[in-house]
Amino acid sequence: LAQLYIANYFQIIISMLCFQFRDALNQAMDEELERDERVFLLGEEVAQYDGAYKVSRGLWKKYGDKRIIDTPITEMGFAGIAVGAAMAGLRPICEFMTFNFSMQAIDQVINSAAKTYYMSAGLQSVPIVFRGPNGSSAGVAAQHSQCFAAWYGHCPGLKVVSPWSAEDARGLLKSAIRDDNPVVFLENELMYGVPFEMSEEVQSKDFLIPIGKAKIERQGNHITLVSHSRMISLCLDAAAVLAKEGIECEVINMRTIRPLDAEAIETSIMKTNHLVTVEGGWPQFGIGAEILARIMEGPAFNYLDAPAVRVTGVDIPMPYAKNLEDNSIPQIKDIIFSVKKTLNV
Amino acid sequence: CRKASAKVITINVSGGNSKEIFELFTNKLVFSDFYLFYIFWQKCDLHKLEEGPPLQAVLSREEGLQYYRTMQTMRRMELKADQLYKQKIIRGFCHLYDGQEACAVGIEAGINLSDHLITAYRAHGYTLTRGGTVREIMAELTGRRGGIAKGKGGSMHMYTKHFYGGNGIVGAQVPLGAGVALACKYLGKNELCVCLYGDGAANQGQIFETYNMASLWKLPCIFICENNKYGMGTSVERAAASTDYYKRGDFIPGLRVDGMDVLCVREATKLAAEHCRSGKGPILMELQTYRYHGHSMSDPGVSYRTRDEIQEVRSKSDPISMLKDRMLSNNMASVEELKEIDVEVRKEIEDAAQFATTDPEPPLDDLCNHIFYNDPPMEVRGTNPWTKLKSVS
Repeated sequence: LAQLYIANYFQIIISMLCFQFRDALNQAMDEELERDERVFLLGEEVAQYDGAYKVSRGLWKKYGDKRIIDTPITEMGFAGIAVGAAMAGLRPICEFMTFNFSMQAIDQVINSAAKTYYMSAGLQSVPIVFRGPNGSSAGVAAQHSQCFAAWYGHCPGLKVVSPWSAEDARGLLKSAIRDDNPVVFLENELMYGVPFEMSEEVQSKDFLIPIGKAKIERQGNHITLVSHSRMISLCLDAAAVLAKEGIECEVINMRTIRPLDAEAIETSIMKTNHLVTVEGGWPQFGIGAEILARIMEGPAFNYLDAPAVRVTGVDIPMPYAKNLEDNSIPQIKDIIFSVKKTLNV
Repeated sequence: CRKASAKVITINVSGGNSKEIFELFTNKLVFSDFYLFYIFWQKCDLHKLEEGPPLQAVLSREEGLQYYRTMQTMRRMELKADQLYKQKIIRGFCHLYDGQEACAVGIEAGINLSDHLITAYRAHGYTLTRGGTVREIMAELTGRRGGIAKGKGGSMHMYTKHFYGGNGIVGAQVPLGAGVALACKYLGKNELCVCLYGDGAANQGQIFETYNMASLWKLPCIFICENNKYGMGTSVERAAASTDYYKRGDFIPGLRVDGMDVLCVREATKLAAEHCRSGKGPILMELQTYRYHGHSMSDPGVSYRTRDEIQEVRSKSDPISMLKDRMLSNNMASVEELKEIDVEVRKEIEDAAQFATTDPEPPLDDLCNHIFYNDPPMEVRGTNPWTKLKSVS
């Protein structure tokens, strides 16, 4: 009996392999490229360079020039070309080297991709994925550190997702590619190399995470922390510290920015009675602002024992010096501080 | 290709296609139906092209009547839209195409319906040639549920099969068109994409980005600049350092074409289509044309050009008159026949306008529909937190 028990244990360990966030993205794209001939990837350095951040490593070798296309440095042009290809029946994945560069192409994302299905009253759909790293990195300064979750999350006609773990990356990217609508897929450069466990189920070829559903990463009774992308790691770390003091945080991983899973947040607040949102982006008109507004307007307001607050990036362009940069985005101590303030402890 | 030709020969033949007729003509055989063997006065200006379109074209009676009917329908439709706009039944933007009919009709005559086309906001004419009906187009302009986009798009956002609009952002349609061409090449169906833009848009950066990629990847894309001499109120001389729009593609071969002559446009388009389909990559056509109306209905169109200029184009280069004269002077059709077409067209437009003014507006239930394709129904926030609206695909 003991031998059987040990054998089972090892089987479980082996099947739960560790994958880096970038590997999860790579696998997801590889599998979707194989599954559907109409899927193709275009962007700067995605082919022969194996991807600026090596996310598309090996894909060009496997699929060739037709399906993995290196573009010149012309975002507005190639984003438009990707949207046109989607209109004509293909399923492009358009990579922006970072979402900061998507600003050059934002007209194509919003006016050509997001709005077209509506303007045509259903005649013309646009099955496209725009993906790339979003938000702050390390030492890349102001022009390369902006978070676009709120900008894209603002627009009807777009779906906007922001994965945190490798599992998120895999399941959400597959869903995004299979989705018949424009999806903005916000990755994070600092997460690319982070390893995560992925169960056998997650590794299966048809593992999909539905767009629009949040996940509770950690159960808790005292306060709800809502966040997305890299900040989830900080929330979990803060929760671990707070747990030692007897404060149990419920950490909700939004996974999707638009459509926002307000119900998951409301259900949690009805249990914990306290809310703190955590994001890397700027405060004004941001993700936290939207969540708080919705909670105010919804059934969960009456369950709040204290005003809900937001932990956000500092309202400044990102500085370069390390100490300044570190103090421009939420740190674990900021989350802990805000939780304690909200709980009045 | 410019103005009237010096040498025009009419021959009577039956059956056969244009190419056969041309060959037969040189053997001087006589048959029983009407074909016009037309020789152009002047060659097209060429850029990095060895040969332009042929100096002769064959127009059958059937083709002539069809082009006439379509151009006349387009003209009457636009004039009716003008009327309805002044009566405030059409609102917002309305960019009229009258004067430029030969472009839309000539281009369509040079490609197949299975090919693809995209243009900017002066799109009513193309919506028609690409398969839309006058009824649907007018009802879209008046914002009714019978409109081609159910009233949700308006003048600048009309779509049909293989016609991608109708695009409001100047120049944005050009990369889109190259993307469509990429899909054509990718899917291997020997289709191409005609990608139109104006003299104003021709200075947009994204167009040059598109020239680069289309040329690099040899996309089957016909770029067409409809040069009507004015970008809104700015004449080409004031907007462009080089007004040789057919050369602006630099490494892309180009040709400049008389956009008021439907046959000229057709022959040039055929050449361009052949170029693309043979895998040589993109090609650029500049159509020299003219719009009688201002930029849009809010522009009288006379502050930046003289009424004399408009009148001169109308009397000397009107595309419909040109075709009509050509057919009449070569006995390809009778005055009565063409008048009959005019009457039929008028009736069609009247019926369409009647429909467009009496059809009800879209139902309020439709407000939030068509956000996403192939998605389960969802809720959309209304103007206040208590209003939850339903949205279906």
